[in-house]
Amino acid sequence: MRRLLLVLPLALFLFIAVLLYRGLFLDPARLPSALIGKPFPAFALPALDDPSRMLTREDIKGRPALVNIWATWCPSCRQEHPVLTDLADAGVVIYGVNYKDDRGAAQRWLRNLHNPYKLNIEDAAGALGLDLGVYGAPETFFIDAQGIIRGKYVGIIDQRVWREELAPIYDKLLRKAAP
Amino acid sequence: MKRLIALIVLALGVFGTSHAAIDTFEFPNDSQRQRFQDLTSVLRCPKCQNQNIAESSSPIAHDLRGEIHRMLGEGRNDQKIIDFMVARYGDFVLYDPPLSARTVLLWLGPAALLLVGGAVVASIVARRRRSIPAASNALSDAERHSLAGLLRNADPSIEQEP
Repeated sequence: MRRLLLVLPLALFLFIAVLLYRGLFLDPARLPSALIGKPFPAFALPALDDPSRMLTREDIKGRPALVNIWATWCPSCRQEHPVLTDLADAGVVIYGVNYKDDRGAAQRWLRNLHNPYKLNIEDAAGALGLDLGVYGAPETFFIDAQGIIRGKYVGIIDQRVWREELAPIYDKLLRKAAP
Repeated sequence: MKRLIALIVLALGVFGTSHAAIDTFEFPNDSQRQRFQDLTSVLRCPKCQNQNIAESSSPIAHDLRGEIHRMLGEGRNDQKIIDFMVARYGDFVLYDPPLSARTVLLWLGPAALLLVGGAVVASIVARRRRSIPAASNALSDAERHSLAGLLRNADPSIEQEP
């Protein structure tokens, strides 16, 4: 019993040290989304390529997909763009939310840089972004076939992030959608 | 030249002044203005690590100020507005997060550590108290005798009590 008491401070110290050590590698800027497990918020916004067409939540349901928040004013989005293009070529369904952007600039961007998006929602006022809890582009949501948000990634998706973190999430959604 | 330097320094002063966000919001009355100020100061800006919505000049904080102003205008109460923010940005936006399974360590950890420390101190004190009375500082007769002898040898002028 006495011996146990002797090692107790050391054990306590090690426990706290491990906790703090782990804390060194946590990214405090990466917030867990409050929306995981909840349906994608309802919206009625114009399509970027055809402003007369109104898009709603129904338009992005049906298949597991990525919903990518992007803008032309966001340099990281430009960096991410080729990766999204590759993913789209590989058959990944990606919807875009053009967040607080200029329509002309956004349309030019897609013409010049290739368009990886199946549909692009024009969120000029940032209302959908607000409902999604977006705090900085690029952000990417994962939705399942029923339109429920299953995951969120904040920051640039590169090949490594996709391979190691995000592809498993997407594959899982695909497997669940096709039983 | 001196004048130019002075001018540059003064200009730096102008551009270097605080980045505190300045928006022009109109309020119908002072109580609503007060509520706006209270709400924006208790909500944390999601983009910035440690600034509230009132102080931050980031675009998202600007949007959220606008949103709070709009909701106040609609007559929503403070709790509704806070719930609106938490539903979108999670507990992160609260400087005062609620007690939940995830925050229990945060809330009770310090108190638990204090209790553990107190218990350790109490047990040490209790143990000492138990062991000390045995070794009381009263000298036995033999010890008193030898002490008197020692003192006498050291300095014969010291008078000894009988």
